[in-house]
Amino acid sequence: MSDQLLDGPLGVLAELTHACPLSCSYCSNPLELTKRSAELTTDDWRRVLDEAADLGVLQSHFSGGEPLLRRDLADLVGHASGLGMYTNLVTSAIGLSRPRAEALRDAGLDHVQVSIQADEPVLSDRLAGISSFEKKIEAARLVKELGWPLTLNVVLHRQNIDRIAAILGWVEELGADRVELANTQYYGWALRNREALLPSREQLEHAEKIARETRERLRGRTDVIYVIPDYYAEYPKPCMGGWGSRQLVVGPEGNAWPCLSAHELPLPRANVAEHDLAWIWRESPLFTAFRGTDWMPDPCRSCDRREVDLGGCRCQAFQLTGDMTRTDPVCVLSPDRHLVDEAVAAANDPAAAPAAGATSGPEPVLVPMPAVRPHRAD
Amino acid sequence: MTTTVPRTGRPRLARFVKTRYDKARDRQVLLGPETVVTLNPTGADILALCDSTRTVDEIVDELGRRYDRVVDDEVEAFLAKLVARRWVEIPDE
Repeated sequence: MSDQLLDGPLGVLAELTHACPLSCSYCSNPLELTKRSAELTTDDWRRVLDEAADLGVLQSHFSGGEPLLRRDLADLVGHASGLGMYTNLVTSAIGLSRPRAEALRDAGLDHVQVSIQADEPVLSDRLAGISSFEKKIEAARLVKELGWPLTLNVVLHRQNIDRIAAILGWVEELGADRVELANTQYYGWALRNREALLPSREQLEHAEKIARETRERLRGRTDVIYVIPDYYAEYPKPCMGGWGSRQLVVGPEGNAWPCLSAHELPLPRANVAEHDLAWIWRESPLFTAFRGTDWMPDPCRSCDRREVDLGGCRCQAFQLTGDMTRTDPVCVLSPDRHLVDEAVAAANDPAAAPAAGATSGPEPVLVPMPAVRPHRAD
Repeated sequence: MTTTVPRTGRPRLARFVKTRYDKARDRQVLLGPETVVTLNPTGADILALCDSTRTVDEIVDELGRRYDRVVDDEVEAFLAKLVARRWVEIPDE
């Protein structure tokens, strides 16, 4: 038994729509959201899934925006399931009614991930921009009742990280099988709102201690996954396990990407309407741009860690320096590390915001306003 | 924490994991939430016998016959690892 780096993508993330009832200030969707009228059709998605299966994809993740806003979701899950893929729904749970959930179960859905913003309605609803906490808890219970494994996804940031113990209380109460406690990654919307989102060192140390203790206590019942914030790390993360190495993302309009945030990079687009996935994966200028280590500049090129972190994140390099080929500025060896240090210093300035549900202090400056109306019938 | 594997227990795959043949890479894999595990041939054979009717002892016997060698430790260690990850369940008798 071994976890190996295999040839071809293992997973496809199908971002079915950018529409969403929530408007979180750290949304991973692009700043320019795709209109509903520009979304791929059901037949387009079926073809994408067929091509993904041919390429060796074993898992499909249905995400968005809110994938439940696509009326054809169960149809697409059924198609992926029929191709032998392990199917995963990544949802806010808004719209996961019992009939909808049963249809998804009948279609063969394997696993459900529900996002949780906080441990109680006031903060949760403020962060999500909509009254949603009770609906999420109810939907999470339904997921367990219908026999699915339940993962709770929690994006951690300055305004909710101090509530981690109470959030983990819900994990236990709901009998979740996994919880992903992921510190915010500062791209797109989150980068614009970084001042309001980046936690202090003290907040992080407290959160990490509780995550560690809970992981031990729940061992054998719940997997507690804690994703550290790379701004506080010395070395960058091996983003996506390497560019164009394991995963591929397909957006609502059919653009394929090596990662969720790559749409910000000045690289040629690769759209599933114009090319098949095999060409996109193997040959497109987009997917080959940073594959391997040949593209690396110094200090990465001559670094012992180049095969460990693979130069870090291209999107982070671009968003912080304007040059996507530079070493990830998170790296202590990067000449641009001061860009990260300055943000960290600001987050730890005692004069900076009171955190944790405080109503004063920096507020998100820019939040997405996705459309919420259901997808047109195909 | 060490996981014990009761020899009279009847192991089965957890409801939320699947095994399948991965044609593109010509091998058996185990799929679970955010998980792809490549199975070596012995692992794949062990899991194929985890059908909730055979006991661990019977799986050991069956594979011992098939491979013509003693596989006690291999089977036990493999199952212990998967039980610890909750990918295999061995219900109490």
